[in-house]
Amino acid sequence: MNMYAKPLALVGALATAMVLAGATLPAFAAKTNLTVGMVLEPPNLDPTGGAAAAIDEVVYANVFEGLTRFGSDGAILPALAWSWDISEDGLVYTFNLAPGVKFHDGTDMTADDVVFSFERAVAEDSTNAQKALFADIATVEAVNDTTVRITLSKPNGNFLFNMAWGDAVIVAPESAADNATNPIGTGPFVFVNWAQGDNVALARNPDYWGEPAKLENVVFKFISDPTAAFSAMMAEDVDAFPNFPAPETLPQLDADPRFNVIVGTTEGETILTMNNRREPLNNIKVRQAIAHAINRQAIIDGAMFGFGEPIGTHFNPTNIDYVDLTAQSNYDPEKSKALLAEAGITDLTLSLKLPPPTYARRGGEIIAAQLRAVGINTEITNVEWSDWVNSVFLNDRDFDLTIVSHTEPFDIGIYGRDDYYFGYDNAEFKQIMADLNNATDPAERSKLLGDAQRRIADDYVVAFLFQLAKTGVANSKLVGLWENSPTQANDLTGVYWQE
Amino acid sequence: MLTFVAGRFVSLCLSLIVASIVIFIVIEVVPGDPAALMLGLNAQPDTIAALRDQLGLDAPPFIRYFSWIFGLLSGDFGISYTYRVPVSDLIGDRLWVSVPLAIYALLLSTIVAFAAGLLAAIRRNSGADLSIMGVTQLGVAVPNFWFAMLLVLVFAIWLRWFSAGGFPGWDAGFWPAIKALTLPAIALALPQASILARVMRSSLIDTLDEDYIRTARAKGLTRAQVLWRHALRNALIPVLTILGLQFSFLLAGAIVIENVFFLPGLGRLVFQGITQRDLIVVKSVVMILVFAVILVTFLVDLAYGAADPRLRKNR
Repeated sequence: MNMYAKPLALVGALATAMVLAGATLPAFAAKTNLTVGMVLEPPNLDPTGGAAAAIDEVVYANVFEGLTRFGSDGAILPALAWSWDISEDGLVYTFNLAPGVKFHDGTDMTADDVVFSFERAVAEDSTNAQKALFADIATVEAVNDTTVRITLSKPNGNFLFNMAWGDAVIVAPESAADNATNPIGTGPFVFVNWAQGDNVALARNPDYWGEPAKLENVVFKFISDPTAAFSAMMAEDVDAFPNFPAPETLPQLDADPRFNVIVGTTEGETILTMNNRREPLNNIKVRQAIAHAINRQAIIDGAMFGFGEPIGTHFNPTNIDYVDLTAQSNYDPEKSKALLAEAGITDLTLSLKLPPPTYARRGGEIIAAQLRAVGINTEITNVEWSDWVNSVFLNDRDFDLTIVSHTEPFDIGIYGRDDYYFGYDNAEFKQIMADLNNATDPAERSKLLGDAQRRIADDYVVAFLFQLAKTGVANSKLVGLWENSPTQANDLTGVYWQE
Repeated sequence: MLTFVAGRFVSLCLSLIVASIVIFIVIEVVPGDPAALMLGLNAQPDTIAALRDQLGLDAPPFIRYFSWIFGLLSGDFGISYTYRVPVSDLIGDRLWVSVPLAIYALLLSTIVAFAAGLLAAIRRNSGADLSIMGVTQLGVAVPNFWFAMLLVLVFAIWLRWFSAGGFPGWDAGFWPAIKALTLPAIALALPQASILARVMRSSLIDTLDEDYIRTARAKGLTRAQVLWRHALRNALIPVLTILGLQFSFLLAGAIVIENVFFLPGLGRLVFQGITQRDLIVVKSVVMILVFAVILVTFLVDLAYGAADPRLRKNR
C-alpha cells in the first residue's frame, strides 16, 4: 500500500458520506412543503379580474372561496354557504353562511361581503371576465350577518353551478382593490409572496374556519419550456406538474418509480370551428362533409400523443348527461366526397387559423391533410392568441376554420349566443337553453341537455374533435391531487405526503 | 478628448430618440387588444370597454407617446397591463437576475478566452494551440441552448449538484443565487469565450508580427516584457469591440437560456410581455435594452480612445 492510499480513502469515504447525507436527509424529515410546476404564470392573482386560467390554478379553493365550489368530480359542494334554500318558483336563493369566517387580513366575512362581491362583479366598470354568470341576479340582500338572500330576475337552473366559479369568489371591500397583487381571501392558504417571473408562495392559514390544510408551505413555480419542465421534474425541483407540457416524455416518467403519471379529463371541448356565416360553410352539407373527413383518433394520436377522448358534440364525456354522438360524424371520406359533390362544390380552399397550443398547431396540420384527401385545400395561418381573439373571435371574424379548446365548464350555451364567432343562429337551440334555465327537475334537465347536444350535432355547427386530457406528473408519495379538471384549479386543501 | 466625448454623446442621444420612435410605432402596429386578451373568450363587450378605459388604451397615439417618454425620463414606466404593478418594479427585479448573469458570463468568458487566446498565440502551431482552436471551433458551432440542456442533464439530473433551473432570489443569500446562475452563465459563456479566444489569438499574432515588436526585442526586452508592455495593449482593440457586442448580447439575448433554466430575467419578461400583449412592458424593456446597448457602445468608443490615442485626434 502506498503512502497516499489512506488519506485518499478517507477523502473518498467523506465524499461518499456527504453525497449520501445530501441524498437521504430530506426523506427523513416529515415533508409538509410542496412545489407545484405550472406552465403559465398568472398575470395577476385576482380571479374576479381576468380570464387567465393560471389565476384560478393558483388561488381557486386555496386562497379564495365562493358560496359554492367544485369538487374534484365536478359536483357542486357547499363552501362559504353551508346550506341553502331555493323558493318554489326558483327565483329566491337563501344562503346560510358559515359563521366565524375571517378574511386573511383578520376582518370578518359576513353577508355584507357577499353583497359587496356581487355588486362589484356586475358594476358598470367591472372587469369580471364572466359577467354573464351574474346576469340573472336582480337583488342581493344581507338578511343578517350569516344569511344572504339572492333574488333572480328569471329562474336559472345553473345558478349554484355559476356561484362555484372562481370569478364568483367572495372578496372584502377593504382588500378587493389590491387582490391582483396581494390576494386576501378566506381559504385554507394565505398568500405570502410573488416573485414575478419565478414563483408564488402560499402558507397554511392557521385561522382557517374549516378543516385546515395538511401542507404548510406551497410554492407554485412557473416553467414554460417543456424541456425545462421535464428537467425540473427529473431533478425533483418540483414535486408535481398537474398540467405537464411535455407529453412525449410521459412514458419515461411513468416508468420511473419516483413519479406517477396522472391522466384525467378537462372541461376542454376541442373543436374545429367553421364560420357558419360564410360561403360555402353556411351550407350544412359542406359542414357535414368536413365532419366526415376528419379522423379523430388520428388527431389524438398524432397531435396529443394518444391522450384525449373523441367527442361527437359539445359536452364532457365524463358527464352523466353526455350523449355519445361520435358515430353521427364518423370518419368516412367517401361519404364526405359524395356530400361535397351533392353540394356542387369543386376546388374548395378554406383558411385555417391556428392559435399557439399544440392541439391546434399539430392538430391543424393533420386536419389539413385529412381535408386534402377529400379534395378540400386549406391555407394555414399560425396566429398568436391576441391576434386570434381579434381576427377570429371578436372583431374581424376573418376565418373559415379554426381550432380551439373551449375550456370553460358546461359551456354548451355558447351555441345559443347572439353574434358568437360560430355564426350559428338557431331558434330551436335557444329555446332549449331557455327551457333548461327554467328547469330545476333533474330528469327534465337531463332530457333538455340531451336535446341540446343532438341539436348542434345534427346541424354540424362545428366539427367536434376530442375532449382535452389532463396529463400531469407527480411525485409518487404525493396524495390528494385532482385527477380531473372540473375547473382550472389546483385544489391543495386535501394534499399531503405519504409516510 | 472633450470634443470626441461630446460628439459621441450627441450621437448617443440621437440614437435613443430615433429608437424610441421606432419602438413606439412598431408596438402600435402589433395586432391584438390587450384588454380583450386578458378577459378571455366569455367576456362581454362592455367589460372589455371598461378595462380599455382603465388601462388608458383609448388616448390618441401622439399623447401616449409623449406621456410614455416623459414617464421614462422621470423614472415612471407606467403600470403593467397584466401584472398590475409598476413596470419599473418588474424591470428592477429582472435586472437583478439579468445583469449579474451577464457579468458572470462575461467574466467567465473573458478569463477563459484571455488565457486560452494568449496561450494559443504565444505557442502558435503547438499542440496546445491546435487543441484550443479545435475546442473553440466546437464552442462556436454548438448552439448554446443545446449545451445548456446538456449541462442540466449532467449536473442537475445525473449528478444532482445543481437545480435544473429557477432562481431563489438574492434574499436567499449570495451563494445560493450565484449557484443558481452558474450553469446558465457557463452555457452563455461557452460560445462567447470561443469567439473571444479566437479573436484574441489572431489579433495577438498579428501584433507580434509587427516591426515595432521586433525592434523592442532587438533593444533587448524579453519575450514576456514585449508581450505585456507592447503587444497586449495593441491587440486589445478588436477584443474590446467584441466584448462590447457580447455584453449587449448577454443582456438582451439571453432569452433562450433564460427559458431553458426558467430564470426570471429581462428576456423572459419581454417574451411574456409579447405573448400577453403587455405592450407597456415590452416597449419599456426594449427601450432599456436599446439604452444599454447604446451606452455600452459609447463606453467602448471611449475605451478605444484610451487604448489608441490616434482615434481621439481624428475626431
